[in-house]
Amino acid sequence: MVQVNLWAGLRRFTDGHDVIEVEARNIGDILKGVSKAYPALKEIIDGGVSVSVDGRIISSGVTEPVNQDSEVFLLQQLKGG
Amino acid sequence: MALDDQNKSNFKFVGTRPKRPDGIDKVTGRAKFGADSYAAGMLHGAIVRSPHAHARIKSIDTSEAEALKGVKAVVTRADFSKDIKFTSGKDSEDWNVLENVMADDRVLYDGHALAAIAATSALIARDAVKLVKVEYEILPHVTDVDEAMAVGAPVIRKGAPDKSVPPGLHENVVSYYESGHGDVEVGFQEADLIIENSFKTEATHQGYIEPHACLASLGSDGKGELWCTTQGHFKFQKVCAALLGLETSQLRVTASEIGGGFGGKTTVFIEPVALALSRKTNRPVKIVMSRTEVFRATGPTASTSMDIKIGMKKDGTITAGQGTFRLQGGAFPGAPGGMTAMCAFAPYALKNVHQIGYSVMSNRPKQAAYRAPGSPMAAFAVESVIDALCKKLDLDPIEVRLKNASRKGTKASYGPTFEEIGLVECLEAAKSHSHYKAPLKAGQGRGISCGFWFNFGGETAVSLALSEDGTVQISVGTPDIGGSRASIALMAAEELGIPYDHIRCTVADTATLGYNEVSHGSRVTYATGLATIKAARDAIRKLCKRAAEKWGIPEEAVKWEDGHAIPSGPNAGDFEPLSLKSITEKMGKTGGPIVGHFEATPEGAGVSFATHIVDAEVDPETGKTQILRYTVIQDAGKAIHPSYVEGQFQGGAAQGIGWALNEEYIYGSDGRLQNAGFLDYRIPLASDLPMIDTVIVEVPNPGHPYGVRGVGETSICPPLAAIANAVSQAAGVRLTELPMSPPRILAALKAE
Amino acid sequence: MSNIHVNATVNGDEVGFLCDPRETLLDCLRDKLSLTGAKEGCGTGDCGACSVKLSGRLVCSCLVLGAEVEGQEIETIEGMSRDENLHPLQEKFIEYAALQCGICTPGILVATKALLEKNPDPTETEVRYWLAGNLCRCTGYDKIIRAILDTAADMREAS
Repeated sequence: MVQVNLWAGLRRFTDGHDVIEVEARNIGDILKGVSKAYPALKEIIDGGVSVSVDGRIISSGVTEPVNQDSEVFLLQQLKGG
Repeated sequence: MALDDQNKSNFKFVGTRPKRPDGIDKVTGRAKFGADSYAAGMLHGAIVRSPHAHARIKSIDTSEAEALKGVKAVVTRADFSKDIKFTSGKDSEDWNVLENVMADDRVLYDGHALAAIAATSALIARDAVKLVKVEYEILPHVTDVDEAMAVGAPVIRKGAPDKSVPPGLHENVVSYYESGHGDVEVGFQEADLIIENSFKTEATHQGYIEPHACLASLGSDGKGELWCTTQGHFKFQKVCAALLGLETSQLRVTASEIGGGFGGKTTVFIEPVALALSRKTNRPVKIVMSRTEVFRATGPTASTSMDIKIGMKKDGTITAGQGTFRLQGGAFPGAPGGMTAMCAFAPYALKNVHQIGYSVMSNRPKQAAYRAPGSPMAAFAVESVIDALCKKLDLDPIEVRLKNASRKGTKASYGPTFEEIGLVECLEAAKSHSHYKAPLKAGQGRGISCGFWFNFGGETAVSLALSEDGTVQISVGTPDIGGSRASIALMAAEELGIPYDHIRCTVADTATLGYNEVSHGSRVTYATGLATIKAARDAIRKLCKRAAEKWGIPEEAVKWEDGHAIPSGPNAGDFEPLSLKSITEKMGKTGGPIVGHFEATPEGAGVSFATHIVDAEVDPETGKTQILRYTVIQDAGKAIHPSYVEGQFQGGAAQGIGWALNEEYIYGSDGRLQNAGFLDYRIPLASDLPMIDTVIVEVPNPGHPYGVRGVGETSICPPLAAIANAVSQAAGVRLTELPMSPPRILAALKAE
Repeated sequence: MSNIHVNATVNGDEVGFLCDPRETLLDCLRDKLSLTGAKEGCGTGDCGACSVKLSGRLVCSCLVLGAEVEGQEIETIEGMSRDENLHPLQEKFIEYAALQCGICTPGILVATKALLEKNPDPTETEVRYWLAGNLCRCTGYDKIIRAILDTAADMREAS
């Protein structure tokens, strides 16, 4: 199980939890797992989020692998200029 | 795609300063920008725009305009795809773009497009625009971000807020972001001094000297050609196809040379309109925006209203940081409230931090990205408060920043743990720089600021074709907005081991390559560069295979060195090295043309930090600020072409100077933009600025073979605060509103 | 209103064109004579991207009407280099990376050439104020000024 850290603004949808656990081998699994655990989050996730894995920011890819002990954070989708 | 060890320090071409490939074209006027294309039978398009900040369109009467000799067609919203529906969730961007490109039943800002005309000359099209009669029902408007969030503010669009917005907020708040860790209340208890302050910045425009321009040709068979100035022709292809109801691949888009973008040319404005007019007239249509239109109706950055509270101990340790950031992005979602909040405290390792970002709508043009969207404003607010704390506690500003600086292993304010980063190196370089030690005279002030930006990867596809004479053609899909063609050729030269001058890099059209994400997010040298390195290695594998076949040895027994295929060891055999040219001149017969390519969405763009030092002097009689000295210190990971890295540092600093001292969108009480021209929207002149010194710090990014970090954006993050800190010291009073124009400074001096 | 026939000299060549009374010299150079080196950045004489020389005087061609140039001599960026060699300013701009996007470059080169013809030994301040009418958004002007001062020194040495 991978521990996924959410940003505080999402607590409303997760009964106050900041960290949730999902079964995942890659980013795609994480996003699916989070949406499945808390359907209220699905629209936000579908709208686009970036994910940080062990400090590396993955802006959109779903195939990046994660280890069970990876540090994973959901982030606002990055946009540049 | 990680940093590899072999090339890291023994670069032969990377790090040099050769001439750029488009240099001669640009100094002779031969280079073709957006407005420099002409087609046989071409018509000119002009756009009818709202003079009201908010109104319902009751009717549009184009009869007089259509009767004008030379007018060939009129388009309105009805001429665009009916399949794009309003939504606030994912896939909402196509509708928002369409609504901005051409109004439906309401105009939402002064300058909003509502119809367009094609005529045989630009003057006739302009005259026809004046003959279009629109009946409006004027609605109440709001342009200020705090007013737009207040009870009673006119609602810009019902149903626009996304799921992130908690209940209880005005419907103009369309997105909400909150994050942090620790407990700021506990942190504030531990502080010896707490400073709380509020800050405002006004909207600014990217200010590119080249207005948007395009030449479109679209047939009734759905096949079209579009020439336009853009940061991303593949994105424009996708969006225009959607808005016109075309299949993406049937529209071919060619990017012209671009006269500045800075984020403002990452989205369409006039291109779908030109295509619609072309389809209706069956002739090519050219549209060029006037400067007034650029200001009124393209995408400035957001204006902000921010509250910051920071606690510090006597020894300089920051015990808690709290920030609330309110940003308006015009009459559409998209203001970077989340980004602003995420960047605000990123340079600091804080045990207790909390940030909230609101993205709000108002009756202003749809905001577009502007060089590190959100980050400069956040830095302005946070770094001003840190500066005030340092002054009050009589601490050195660089020492305090070093004490609290984020490093590898620090938990970022926005959550994850930092990998290798170069903030400390930038601060150390600032500390030891002669600028920091130079004495100041009375009436002069010095300001320091840090800045941070994420940088970006994004879809990238590159093709590298070898010519029979041993030279190389690289096709990339990212418009060159900063000199990237030179850097790309340098990276290819490094891999192939052939001279830089034997390589030509071209920005190819959408029909030539797979999808390429827009040139933004400081991504081109990183992502297109990485793809070029991979494509070169792909070509090298193929070259080695030809050599192996010629020598009758296994492929693995051949390696590439200094532009030649050689046996990888004495056991492989004794063969004379084969130059690239000797292989390519026979390639038709030995297996066919040799092309290397690479497609991917690289992730692992490293974040970058910067520290700026600014000296300023304020004239107490006029309120005018003179920037005396400016030094940019920024981590580039690895500078491929140092001259162009320096150029990015200097350019970002200059834009920051304008934003800090003069630039602002001025709205009247009628909601109309008052200063839609370069006279009253004053960007820095040559006579305003000193030389801008640069220091390139190199802490390699583990996510790129050569360690490259994007540099284009971070350079605009520190200036607002660095200058505010310098000016506040010079004037003797803290300025909290940008721009710090002469009237504002005089008012602040008087109030003291 | 009917079109006006104008005869003039551009970069040493005799030209003729028809223009609407409202068309600017900039419009005529670009749309009638295919000389697209001069650019329209603002149309109001604030940015200098349209700089040309008109009978020896540096002007914003967006502020001059096409009809006004009857019988006059115009010098544009296209006439700056002789045969296959670039003008020293053009060479130096490339060498110093004194351009990024390049849209302001023709205007700045034309304006600078006019300055050096008038004053071959300008100070940094004099160069900066002479170019106050030429906006650049990309470079912060640093490398431009350095390129110009260096070229001026070279040109003085060569003469």
